[in-house]
Amino acid sequence: MSETVVKAENLSLTFETNDGPVHALADIDLEIKKGEFVSFIGPSGCGKTTFLRVMADLEKPTAGSITINGVSPEEARKSRAYGYVFQAAGLYPWRTIAGNIKLPLEIMGLTKADQAARVARVLDLVDLTGFEKKFPWQLSGGMQQRASIARALAFDADILLMDEPFGALDEIVRDHLNEQLLQLWAKTNKTIAFVTHSIPEAVYLSTKIVVMSPRPGRIADVIESTLPTKRPLDIRDSPEFLEIAHRVREGLRAGHAYD
Amino acid sequence: MRSILPILTVVLAIFVLWYGMAVKLNAPWAYDKAKRADVTLSFSEMVADTWSQNKPRLPAPHQVTREIWKTTGAMIAKGKAFSKRSLIYHGWVTLSATSLGFVMGTMLGIFLAIGIVHNRAMDMSVMPWVIASQTIPILAIAPMVIVVLNAIGISGLIPKAVISMYLSFFPVVVGMVKGLRAPDHMQLDQMATWHASRVQVFWKLRLPSSMPYLFTSLKIAMAASLIGAIVGELPTGAQGGLGARMLTGSYYGQTIQIWSALISAAVLAAVLVGIIGIIQNITLKRMGMAR
Repeated sequence: MSETVVKAENLSLTFETNDGPVHALADIDLEIKKGEFVSFIGPSGCGKTTFLRVMADLEKPTAGSITINGVSPEEARKSRAYGYVFQAAGLYPWRTIAGNIKLPLEIMGLTKADQAARVARVLDLVDLTGFEKKFPWQLSGGMQQRASIARALAFDADILLMDEPFGALDEIVRDHLNEQLLQLWAKTNKTIAFVTHSIPEAVYLSTKIVVMSPRPGRIADVIESTLPTKRPLDIRDSPEFLEIAHRVREGLRAGHAYD
Repeated sequence: MRSILPILTVVLAIFVLWYGMAVKLNAPWAYDKAKRADVTLSFSEMVADTWSQNKPRLPAPHQVTREIWKTTGAMIAKGKAFSKRSLIYHGWVTLSATSLGFVMGTMLGIFLAIGIVHNRAMDMSVMPWVIASQTIPILAIAPMVIVVLNAIGISGLIPKAVISMYLSFFPVVVGMVKGLRAPDHMQLDQMATWHASRVQVFWKLRLPSSMPYLFTSLKIAMAASLIGAIVGELPTGAQGGLGARMLTGSYYGQTIQIWSALISAAVLAAVLVGIIGIIQNITLKRMGMAR
C-alpha cells in the first residue's frame, strides 16, 4: 500500500484564450499511492477534470512535473496504464455490449479467445453477465455506464480514472452503482481517481478526498478518510461520515470565500 | 389509408393543372388551324383538339402515357425491347452511364473526404477547388470532356460516366467530411486513451459514425449522376440514351417524345433514389442509428 502511482509537483496548466490566460491548475502537489481511492471535488472551473485529463495525457501541463507509475503521462498512456471512464457511457450504438468492451482489446491487438475471456470476466465484475449480445439502446443509463466501466477494466490497467461517471444518473441508481464500485475496487485492488460534484459520493467512496477551489484551480484541502474499508450504504448516517462531509464542506466554502 | 388521401389530392391537382395548361398553351394552334380551314370551333371542340394535337406545345398526360407505353410495354410485347426506338434501350444506356458515374463519383468523394479530414494541407487546399468545380455550368464542361477524352481515344460510356462523376462526387465530399468529423471530442479522447492509431480511429469510429451522412449524400449524388449522364448524352450526337431522346425530340418538334423521355428519367431517378433509401433504412436500423 505504499508504492507511489501518481506524483505531481508544482504542476500548473494555463490555457491561452482570447480573453487572456486562464489558470486551470496552479501549483498542484499531490501524491496518490497504489490501491487508493481518491476523489476530486470542487465547484465547476476548479480544474478537477483538467487534472484528471493531465494524468491521462489528454492535456499537457505548462509547468511543473507529473509522473504516472514513475514515467510521463504520455508513456503511461502508450503503455495503456489506465482506463478512463467519461461522464457519458459513450458506447457505440452499432456494437453489442460485448463488441463495445472488445473495442479497446481489438485496438490493442489481443487474440479473439483472449478478448472473449476478458469480456466474460469484466461483465461478471460489473454484474452484466447475459447482456453480451444486447445493444446499448436496450440497456438503462445505469447499465450502460456499468458497461463502460467494464470496458475500462477489460485491458487490466492498474489505474482507473473516472470523470463524473455517475453525474447524469438519478440518485437511486447512483447509490447502487457507488456500492458496486466499492465492491469492485475491493476485488480488483485498483488505484482509482474519481471526479465528482457530490459531497456524499466523495466521502462514501474515498480513502482520500482532494478538495479543490477555482480561479486559479488549486488544492484547498486533502482529507484522509477515517472510514473503514467495508462501507455499507447506511454508513452515511454515522457521525464519523458526517464529520468528514462537514470538513469537505468547510474546505469548499473556504475556497469560495472571495466571491 | 390516411396518407393515401393527401397524396391522391396532390396528384389530382397536378393533373387538373396539366390538362388546364395544355388547353391554354395549345389553344392558339387549334384556333389557327380552324381559321385556315374556315370553321369556327365550339369550346368543347377546341378542348378536344388541344388534347390530341400531333406536336402540341404541351402534350396532355394521356398522350405522354400512350407514347411511353408504345415505346416500352408494346415493344416488349413485340419482342423488340432493345430496339433503338425503345425507351427501355435508351433508359438502359442512361442507366449504365449513371451507375458507373455514381460509383466513380462516390469513390472519388469518399477518398477526397478522407484526405480532407486527415490532412491539414488538403483541408485547406482541396475544399475551395471542390466548391469552385461546381460553380462551372456542367453544360460548358460536358462537350470539353467528350472532346478531350475522345482525342485520347476514349469514347462511349466512359466520357458520359466522367461527366456524371463530376456532378456526383460533390455531395459525397461535403457529406462525408461532415460525417467523418461527426465523432465528438469525448469519443476521440477515448480513442486516445487506448492509444489507437489514426487508421484504427478511422475504421472503428469515423467510418461507422459517417454512415447516416453517407446515405443522405448518396441520394443526392444519385440524382446528380442521372443529370450528368443525360447532359453527357447531348454533345455526343444523340446516339442513345434518354438525353438523346430529348435532343432528337427537340430537333423535330416531337414534344410528346421529349416529355415521355423526361417522365422516364424522373421515374428512373425515383427508383434509384428509392433503392438507396431502402438500403439506408436496413443499414442504419442494423447499426442502431435509425432516426
